[in-house]
Amino acid sequence: MSQIFHPSLNFIAKAMVLGIVILLVVGSVVSYVFVRSPYMRGTTIAREQPVFFSHEHHVGELGLDCRYCHVNVERSSFAGVPSTDICMGCHSQVWAKSPAIAPIKESMETGEPIAWNRVNNIPDYAFFNHSIHINKGIPCKECHGRVDKMGWTRKTQSLSMEWCLSCHRNREEHVVPREEVFNMEYELPKDPAEREALQAALVKKYHVDINQFQVTDCSVCHR
Amino acid sequence: MDEKRLSIAELRKRLAEKTGKGYWRSFNEIADTEEFREFLGQEFPSGAAYLDDPTGVTRRTFLKIMGASMALAGLTACTATNPEKIVPYVEAPEEVIPGEPLFYASAFPLAGYGMGVVVETHEGRPTKIEGNENHPASLGATDVFAQASILDLYDPDRTRQPERKGLMKTWADFVKELADAQASWGDGEGVRILTGAVTSPTFASQIQAFLETYPQAQWHQYEPAGRNAAHLGAQLAFGETVDVLYHFDKADVVLALDADFLSSGPTAVRYAKDFMARRRVAGKPEHAVEMNRLYVVEPYMSNTGVIADHRLPLRAVDVEHFTRALAQKLGLDVEGGDPEKYGEWLETLVADLEAHKGSSIVIPGDQQDPVVHALAYAINQALGNFGQTVTTIEPVETQPVDQIESLTQLVEDMQSGAVKSLIIFDGNPVYTAPADIPFNEALKQTPFSVYVGASLDETAVETLWYIPRSHYLETWGDVRAFDGVVTIMQPMIEPLYQSKSEYEVMAALLGEPNAAGHDIVKGYWQAHAQTDDFDKFWRVALNQGYLDGTQSPKKAVTASAAAVAKPFNNIASEEIEIVFRPSPSLWDGRFANNGWLQEVPNAITKLTWDNAAMMAPALAERLNLSDGDLIVLNYFDRSVEAPVLVLPGHADNSVTVHLGYGRHVAGNVGRDVGFNAYAIRMSHKPWQDTGVIFTYTGKTYPLARTQDHHLMEGRHLVVSGTLEEFKKHPEFVKEETEYEKISLYPEFAYRGNAWGMTVDLSACIGCNACVIACQAENNIPIVGKEEVMRSREMHWMRIDRYFIGDMDNPDVVYQPVMCQQCEGAPCEVVCPAAATVHSREGLNDMVYNRCIGTRYCENNCPYKVRHFNFFQYVDVDTPSLQLMRNPNVTVRSRGVMEKCTYCVQRINAARIRSKKENRPIRDGEVKTACQAVCPADAIVFGNIKDEQSQVAQLKASPLNYELLGELNVQPRTTYLARLKNPNPHLTEEV
Repeated sequence: MSQIFHPSLNFIAKAMVLGIVILLVVGSVVSYVFVRSPYMRGTTIAREQPVFFSHEHHVGELGLDCRYCHVNVERSSFAGVPSTDICMGCHSQVWAKSPAIAPIKESMETGEPIAWNRVNNIPDYAFFNHSIHINKGIPCKECHGRVDKMGWTRKTQSLSMEWCLSCHRNREEHVVPREEVFNMEYELPKDPAEREALQAALVKKYHVDINQFQVTDCSVCHR
Repeated sequence: MDEKRLSIAELRKRLAEKTGKGYWRSFNEIADTEEFREFLGQEFPSGAAYLDDPTGVTRRTFLKIMGASMALAGLTACTATNPEKIVPYVEAPEEVIPGEPLFYASAFPLAGYGMGVVVETHEGRPTKIEGNENHPASLGATDVFAQASILDLYDPDRTRQPERKGLMKTWADFVKELADAQASWGDGEGVRILTGAVTSPTFASQIQAFLETYPQAQWHQYEPAGRNAAHLGAQLAFGETVDVLYHFDKADVVLALDADFLSSGPTAVRYAKDFMARRRVAGKPEHAVEMNRLYVVEPYMSNTGVIADHRLPLRAVDVEHFTRALAQKLGLDVEGGDPEKYGEWLETLVADLEAHKGSSIVIPGDQQDPVVHALAYAINQALGNFGQTVTTIEPVETQPVDQIESLTQLVEDMQSGAVKSLIIFDGNPVYTAPADIPFNEALKQTPFSVYVGASLDETAVETLWYIPRSHYLETWGDVRAFDGVVTIMQPMIEPLYQSKSEYEVMAALLGEPNAAGHDIVKGYWQAHAQTDDFDKFWRVALNQGYLDGTQSPKKAVTASAAAVAKPFNNIASEEIEIVFRPSPSLWDGRFANNGWLQEVPNAITKLTWDNAAMMAPALAERLNLSDGDLIVLNYFDRSVEAPVLVLPGHADNSVTVHLGYGRHVAGNVGRDVGFNAYAIRMSHKPWQDTGVIFTYTGKTYPLARTQDHHLMEGRHLVVSGTLEEFKKHPEFVKEETEYEKISLYPEFAYRGNAWGMTVDLSACIGCNACVIACQAENNIPIVGKEEVMRSREMHWMRIDRYFIGDMDNPDVVYQPVMCQQCEGAPCEVVCPAAATVHSREGLNDMVYNRCIGTRYCENNCPYKVRHFNFFQYVDVDTPSLQLMRNPNVTVRSRGVMEKCTYCVQRINAARIRSKKENRPIRDGEVKTACQAVCPADAIVFGNIKDEQSQVAQLKASPLNYELLGELNVQPRTTYLARLKNPNPHLTEEV
C-alpha cells in the first residue's frame, strides 16, 4: 500500500502547526485590542438626537451651568435629562419660531415626551450614583469630557469596569475643588507637588474615605 | 411508596429511642429511609431526573429545546445594540426626583380593618410596603398580606374593564343601564347591598345616604373570615356589642383559647409587638431578665401554639368545655365543665392566673364559638383584668350585625324573588358563602346584579355586571384600624385599568357617576372633621398616615356569664371534628391569585401551593392514613376530596382545613389550586363541628412541602432552653456551641463598618412576613409547584422548623435562615469565576453578571442558602410586572446563582446619604427588608464594630451562638437561643 501523504506535506503540516499558534496569538491580541478600541466602546460616534441640540452652544457659548438642565445631579443617582418645560423656560421666548425648536414645542403641546437617545450607558447590573461623585468633588468632565466643545453629544470614556476601577483605585488623584466641579475650563495645578498638596487637602476636607472604605468592593456597584 | 413507608407506630418507637433533646424536622427524617438518605446526599434533588419525567420533557422535545437555545445563543452575539432611550417628563412633578424613592403613608385594608403602611414609590410606581411606625396596628411592622399586596396591584390577570355577562363594556355603558334600572327602584323596595365588614367612615356615610334615598332598600354584610363570633360573644356577655382590646404589654400570664393572636387577624402585628416586648431576654441586664408566660389550648398547631410555654392540644369543640372548667375553678357560676379532666394542667394554670389578677389575659380566638368569647370575657372580669390588660371600646365596624343571619336573610329574599337589584361589594359570596346558603342559585333569581370586586372571580362571572374594583394603592379611601384609628388612604398611582373604587361605584348609585374618589373622601372629611384649618388637617392626616383622636371611645361594660351558664355543646369525645380556619397564606381566598402567597411555605406544615386535611399522628394511625393520601371529607351530605397531612401536635380526633383554596374562577396562578373547603362549610357551625366522615379513595396526591429541602446534613442547629436554666446557668448556650477555631485561611483585612445580624429564636413566630418582604425587596421570582417539589424554590430566606420531643405534642422552634455572610465563606473559594467574593465590610458579595452557573458555591455552602435559576423564572416580558420591580436590585436571569445580600442596596443608599452628610451611618439607619417588617423584632441588623449598636449588644449576650460553629466559617449572622418560660409545676411536660 502506497503512502497516503506525500513527504512534501511534512512542511505544510509544520507550517500549519506554527500557523495555528500564530493565529491564536494574533487572534487574541487583535480581539483584546479590538474590544477596547474606540470603535467598540462607541466613543467615536456622536449620536443623533430627536432635537437639534448642541452642548457646545448652550455650555460653551452661552455658559449655562450643567445643573440648569440636569437638575438632580447633586441629589440623585440619575442626573436627569431636562423635562420639556425646562427647555421651554427659555425657548418660549428665545428662538421660539425656529424650526429647530419645533419638536420641543410639539412635545409641550401634545404632552408627548421627547425620547432622547442615550449616549452614556452602563449595563443594568451596574449601579452608578451621580450625586455622591459630585459631592466628593469629581468633575463632570472626568467622565463626560468637554461637552462644551461637542455639537452632537458623544461618549468620551469607555465606561468599562476597568475604567471605573482605574479611578476607584486612586480616588485622590481625581478630586477637584467642589466649586469647580461643573467648570469645564478648570485645570488642576500643573506642578505635581502643588497638585498633590491641593488634592490631599481636598480629600481631607471632603471626607473622601480612602483608608477605611474600599470602593473597589463588588457590591458597591453590583447588587 | 406504600410498602416503604413506616407506620406511625414505628416512627413513634424510633422517636422514643432518640437521645438528648431530640430535635427532628419531619417524619422522613425519623424514618431515615434509604430514599431520604439519597435525598439528603443529592445537592440538587431530582435535577437529573428531568428527562425521566413522563409528563415533562421527552428526548425529542429536549433536542428541540436544545437546538433552539443554541440558535439563540448564536444569534445574541449578532444583534447590534440599539441605543436606549431616555424619556424625561414633559412637565416635571415638583416632588419627584428620578432615581430617588418617595414614601407615602396609607393603609392596607383587610376584611374591613386597616393597617398603617408607608409605601415606597419609584417615579410613581409603588414597589414596596413598609409598616407605619406611628400607626397603632403596625408600629412599623406589617403582616404577610400587606407585603404581598403589591403583587396584587400588578397582577397581569386583573380585569381591564367592566364586563356585562362576560362581554367587555365601559363604565358609561354601566351608568346608562344603572340609570334605567334605577328608574324603577322607587323607594328601594327589592334593592339590596351586600358588603363585607365596613369600617370606612366615608363608605358608611355613603351607605347611610343610599338607605335614606331608598328607605326600603337593605344593607347586608358578610365577611367570610370576619369577627362575627367575637361580636356575638360580646352580645352574650355584655348584652351589647363592643370590641375587646387586649394589652399584652401589661400582661404577665396569657391564656389563648384557640386564639392565634400572634399571627392571624387585624390585630396580630400589634399584639405580636406588645407580646414579644415582654419576652425579650437577650440584651437585658441580668437582674431585669423576665418573661411573660403563655398557655395555649388549641386544635391546630398555630404560630401562637409554637410560642406557648404550655400547650394543650384539644379539639376545637372541646374548648368550650375547657373554658367552663376554668371558669368553674375560678369560682364562676357556670355548668358543664369537668375540671378533673384537665388535671394538673388546669390547676397550674388557675394558680398562675390567680396569682396575676389584673395582669393576665384570657383571649378567645376569632374563630371560636360566641359562647367561648362570652366565657372568656367573664373570666377576665373575674380576674380583674378589665381596665388593666383588657379594655372595651365602641365597635369599630360601622354596624356589626350577625353576618350569617344577614346573608341567610338576603338569600331567602333572593330566592323568593323579592330582590330585584343586588349590588355586591367584594367578598366573592358565590365562592365564600356557606354550602347550605345557595347564593349562586339565588343570584339567578335576581334580575339586576352588580359585583364590584378585585378580580374576575366566581361571583363576577355569575352577576349581570362586573365592575373591577381599584386596588387600594390606586384609590382614595379611608379605613379604621382595630382600635378605631382612621387612616386616609391615598393612591400611589393612577388606576392601571378601567377600574372603580367602591366609593365611586357607591357615588354612581347615588346619582353621581363621575364623582372622583378624591372628592368623595375629601368631601366627607370636609364635612366631618372638627377643625378650623381643613387644609392643614388634610395635609397632616395624609403625611402621618392616621388621624389623631379617632380611637373608638372606651365603653365601660360588665361581663356576665349568666347567659352562658349552661353548656351549648355536648359532644362525645370520640367524634371526629372538622375545623375551618382562614388560610395563613390566602386568608379567605382573596389572595388566591397571588403567587408569592401561594408559594410561601406554611410555617408549620411547610406546605406550598395547596391546602390539606391536617390531622394528628394518632388519628392518622388509627385510620391508617399518611401524608398525601386522598380522602373524601363527608359532612352534612356534602363532600370534598382532600389530601391528608399528618401534623405533629394536632389535637386528636380533629381535622383542620384551610379556607381559600380550590378557586375555580381565578387568574392563571390561583385557578384550581388545592381544594375548596367552603364546599362543606355550614352556616350554623362555620368554624368547627363534629360529624365529619372520611373515606379513603386509595389515591395519593403529591404535596409540595419544603420541610426536607435545604437540610443542613441532618445536623440540628437550634439551641433551646428555659428561662430557669438560663438564670441558673447563663453559659449553657456557649457550652453547647463553642468550638476551637482553626483555619487554614489567612485573616481577611476588614475595613469600615462590619455588618452583622442577630436572629432571636425566642421571638420568631413564623409569620412569613420576612420571607415575602425579602421577595418584594429583592425581585425574587416564584417557581411553581413542580419546581418546589424539585427543591428549587428561590426564597432567599426560609424558616426552618424543628420539632422537639414526642409527636403528639411536640415543642417547636422556628429558625429563619438566610445567607449567614461568613467571614470565611466556603462558597467564595470554590467559585471559578470569582462571582462571589468578600467585601471589606464583611459582606459575601454576589456578582450576577460574572456567574457562569457552575453551582459549586451552592454545593459548598454548609447552610444551603444559595439558590440557582434553573430556568428563566423571572417574567421579564409582562409590562405590569416590570413596573413592580425594585429598580435598585438586578433582575436575575436563567443560569445565575443568587442569595441574600443583607439588602446591600439599602446599605449603599444609607452609605451615600451618610457620606454626603460627612457622618458615619447611624445605628438603625440600615434596616434589612426582613428586619423592618418583623412584628416580633426578632431580626436585628447593624454594625458589630460599634459597641453601642443594638446588634453588637445582642451578640454580647450569652444566648448568642453561631450556626454550625464547628466549621469555623465565622458567620456574621448569629442566633439567640430559644428560651421558654414554663411553669416549674409543669416542667416535666416541656
